[in-house]
This record gives sequence, structure tokens and C-alpha cells, in this order.
Amino acid sequence: MALQPSDISSSNPTSLPWSRFAWLTMLATLLLISVGGLVTSRGAGLSVPDWPNSYGYSMYTFPISHWMGGILYEHSHRLLGVLVGVLTTVLAVGLWVRETSGRQRWLGVIVMTGVAGLLGRMGSWQVPIFITLAALAPVAMVWGLARFARDRQALRWLGVVAFAAVILQGTLGGLRVVWLADELGFVHGMLAQGFLVLICFIALLSGGWRNRVAPGSIAAPGLRRAWWLAVVLVVAQLGLGAAMRHRHAGLAVPDFPLAYGRVWPKTDATSLATYNRTRVEATAQRPIQSTDVILHMLHRSNAYLIAAIAAWLTFRTWRDAGRKTPAGRLTTVWLALVGIQIALGALTVWTGKSADIATLHMVTGALTLVVASAAAAAMARMCRVRPAFVEPYRRAGSGSPVWPG
Amino acid sequence: MIRTSVIVVATLAGGLAVYAAEISGKVSLKGTPPPERKIEFDAMCGKLHDKDVTTRHYVVSPDGGLANVFVYVKQAPAGKPASDKVPELDQVGCMYEPYVMGVMTNQLFKIKNSDPLMHNVHATPKATGNKEFNIGQPVKGMVKDHTFPSREVLVRFKCDVHPWMFAYVGVMDHPYFAVTDKDGKFKLPGGLPAGKYTVVAYHLKTHGTAEGLTQEIEVAEGDKREVNFTVELPGS
Repeated sequence: MALQPSDISSSNPTSLPWSRFAWLTMLATLLLISVGGLVTSRGAGLSVPDWPNSYGYSMYTFPISHWMGGILYEHSHRLLGVLVGVLTTVLAVGLWVRETSGRQRWLGVIVMTGVAGLLGRMGSWQVPIFITLAALAPVAMVWGLARFARDRQALRWLGVVAFAAVILQGTLGGLRVVWLADELGFVHGMLAQGFLVLICFIALLSGGWRNRVAPGSIAAPGLRRAWWLAVVLVVAQLGLGAAMRHRHAGLAVPDFPLAYGRVWPKTDATSLATYNRTRVEATAQRPIQSTDVILHMLHRSNAYLIAAIAAWLTFRTWRDAGRKTPAGRLTTVWLALVGIQIALGALTVWTGKSADIATLHMVTGALTLVVASAAAAAMARMCRVRPAFVEPYRRAGSGSPVWPG
Repeated sequence: MIRTSVIVVATLAGGLAVYAAEISGKVSLKGTPPPERKIEFDAMCGKLHDKDVTTRHYVVSPDGGLANVFVYVKQAPAGKPASDKVPELDQVGCMYEPYVMGVMTNQLFKIKNSDPLMHNVHATPKATGNKEFNIGQPVKGMVKDHTFPSREVLVRFKCDVHPWMFAYVGVMDHPYFAVTDKDGKFKLPGGLPAGKYTVVAYHLKTHGTAEGLTQEIEVAEGDKREVNFTVELPGS
């Protein structure tokens, strides 16, 4: 496909202050995800039955003396959600102001700060507003991504996507409580992972990361595809994990590496009855169903697949891109994370799904996705010019392929 | 005239009580259940107990009687609740009491917080018509009245503030049900008309999604029947 002049922006997306602020936002998001993981691991998701209020109090004035048991985790999660919402708003507005001027600039600032200020009041009367804005958020996210796809220098559009995503995410979390909808918990958990990746990309791109990745330096399109496959497998793995967690059935298979003493456990009614009869749960958990066992085993199987592809990708990436390149370094980190993650998965089983270990497993999973996505993007940039596409440039005497940003 | 009517009604009612069947019995456990787990209370709830508390999956008396078994007649004519006393699910010492209880459909029962700390009450019924709910009871003495419109064995109640707190409520469309006591004994309310019935003994941990143990019985008016069950664990 020929390059269009409009594809190439003259603006420079690099801004170290905003990159640092995005990293700060990412750290806050990671903390938010961690506490969210504790909420689910400890079965505390509904310990505060109302939203946006907390036991009738404003979220901001809920007495600390009431932060007991599961409330401690759930209320902390809500407050951290507000913090991430504020940081995301500042980031989105900052990127917008940096890249726009005149009426467009002020219109964007007024809209985003106005919405954030309105929602930030967190009153129960605002629930319809939350729902309306959350319904509009996916449209804004698709629109923002489409605009960014047209101009990869315009990080403000990623800021818009993040701003819409944080509204959607907060609303999903709240509605999961007041609608008693477990399935929203699954979506809430998965969107959190995507949001973390998005903020990471804003931080990387605004930090000039793109300049450090030589475009088209590797003629290995298969490697690029393999990296994206790895990302898909990690997303699937996180999805399986989120589905297991949000079914609230506890640990469906209590042994590892075998499963109920077998390579693949039985899931007939008699076996399930035995599993349920012999486990002694100390918390309120739903009885195990065949779906729980199958999800658990798919999660394990996919982990083995990811481990295999991680080993192969490491070998190929180190060989083709070098260990010292951004992609090579990310690959090293990713391989380590995959190893740690598998160990944490085993520990989760061996500790009977200890809440802290299970949460650490979930958070490491989020980091695995972030690093895999960054590595895949780096490899896509390094590999994406096919020889057949490069040749015309080379023949024309340009020497090296030209790439937009 | 009124006095005569009262006497006639009382005599008839007394007669029904005398001649209607009564079913009682015991549920025993055969086999060794898995050991219960000690509940790890948080600091505030821990202060409410001076000794260890465990889970209550298998509460067995020295002679093998199994407590907390929900015993009921599978199909029985509708009637009034066996007692005028309003059933109560209490939160005391960061535990639900009782662990298993029964109510009739549309019978009002109370959910009470007797603890000097916050609880939430989260019911997770599955039967059509019985709605899931989650309410806060932050203050000692708070009471919530509730009814379930549909039959269900069993509805789970839980506290998400204290995840070790859970209990079960059986909902029947007739009054002929009971929960076994600490000795495994039960007595269904009197007044069951003569006829053929299926008595079910359902122990949540043992029977899970299965119906439970059943016995076919035929009772005549005035019968006093003893129906015993033995819950057998595999390998026993």
C-alpha cells in the first residue's frame, strides 16, 4: 500500500515530561489492578453493596473506622480507581493541549475536564450519567484509535482512548456491584489489562521509544507474526484466568502438575460430586462444575503453549534482532516473566489458591501482556518491511526503507 | 353461639393434630469426612471468640448423627408455616446462625445483625423468581425482612466483608421440612395428611447438585413414623 502524505505527521510525539507522567499513571494502574486482584481473590467484590456511595457515605468521606474485612480492599480499590481516573484525565488533557491549538485545544480541555469533574463528584444521582457516558465510551475509543492509526505521531488520540476507557472501566466496576453481574466483573478485569497496555504504549511513544527501534531492519515477517500470536495467546490466557476468577468457584483442580491424579481430570457428574465432597472450603464458594475444571485445564495447557513459544521466540529474536536491541531486551524480560508466571501458577495451586499468591499471579500476568505487546510492537516495526516492499525503495536509491514514524 | 363455634373448631383442629401423620427420624453419617478448617477471623471478629471456630461442612455427633441436613417431603399439600414464630437468620460472632434453616415460600423471615460491626448480606438464589440481593447491615441490631417466592434447596447467603461467613436457607412450598439438630435428629411438622410421600434428606456438602437421599413412605392418619437416613461417604 502506498504511503499517503497525510499519514506522516510533522509533529514530534516525544515529550519526556508526559512520558514520565504516563509511567506514573501506569504504576498507579498496576497498583489499582493489584488491589482489584485482591478484591476478587478475597471474595470482597460485593462487600460494599452500593455505588458510587459506600454504605450511604460519599466515597471520599467514608470513615476509616469502617474499612474492615473485605471493605478495606473494595474501598481502597475504588479510591485508587478515582486516582487513576484523575491521572488519566491529566494525561489525556496534557497530550491534547500539547498537540492542538486554538478552539480545538480549548474545546477538548473543556469537554474532558468537565466530564471528569462531573463524574468525580461520585454521587448516587450520577449513575445514569455514568451509564450514558460508558455507553458512548466504546465509540470514542474506536474513533480515537482510528485517528491514531491515521497519524501515529498524534498521541492525543491515545489520550482520548485512555480517557474514554477509564470512564468505561470505572462504570463497569460500579455496575458490577449494583447490578450483581459477575459477567461484568470478567469484562472489568480484561479491560483493566488492555488499559494498562495502552498507558504503557503512551509512555513508550511519548518517551521517543520509536526512535530507538530501527524500522525494517529484519526481513523476518514470520517472527513478527509469531510475536502477535504470542500476544493473542497471552490475552487468551488472561481471559481464561479472569473467567476462572469471576466464576467464584475457588480452586477447581487442587493438584499440580497432575490434575486429580491424572493428566486430564474426569468431568463426569460422579467425579464432580467427589471433587466437591472432598474439598473443604473456608470461604463461600460455588460448587465446582465441569466448566470450572475445563477452564482450569485450558489455562494450564495454554501456559505450556506460551512457555514453548516464549522459548522459541527468545531464540529467534536474540538471533535475528540481537540481545541488546529494545526487542531483544524486552524478549529477555518477557521470558523471565513467563517463567515467574508459571512458577506463580504452580504456587497458586500448591497454596490452595492463597489470595496473595493468586493476586501476584494475576498482576504478573498483566505485566506479561504489557511486555509481550511492547516486544511485538517493536518486532513489528523491525520486521514489518518485507523485502519485496523494500526493494523499490532500494532500487530508487533511497538506501534504506522510509517509514512514517 | 360464638363460644360453641370456637369449641367445635378447636376440637376439629385437635383431632387433625391427633390423627395426622408425624414423621421424625435421624440422619447418620457413615464414613470419615475430611477435617474441617479453622476459620481465620480478622482482628475485629477474632475478639468475639475466645476459642477456635471451624467450618461446618460435616457436623457429626459422637454417635454419628449428622447435623444441618435439610429434610423435607418432596411433594406435599400446601399449608401454613409450622410455627407462628418468624424464622431468623442471625449474624453473631461473625458467623451466620443457624447454618442451615428453612422457610416457606412467601413466608417472612428476618435477617439480623447482632454483631457490633458491619456486615453485608448477599443472597445468591438460583430459582426463577428468587432474586439475588446484597444489602449492608452496618449497625448492630439492624433487621431486614425478606421473603422468597419460589421453592429452592438451598439458597446461599454470604457476607463479602467476612468471606468465611455463609449459610443456607431452604425454601419449600409447604411446611413439611426440618433441619437436623446437632444429634442428627429431625421432626417434620405434624399435620401431614394420609398418603404416599417421598422424604428427602439433603446434605449440601455430600449431595451437591444431586437430590439427596430419598425414602418412599406411606402414612395413614395418626401414624407416627420414624424415617432414618444414612449418608455414606465413599470408601466407608
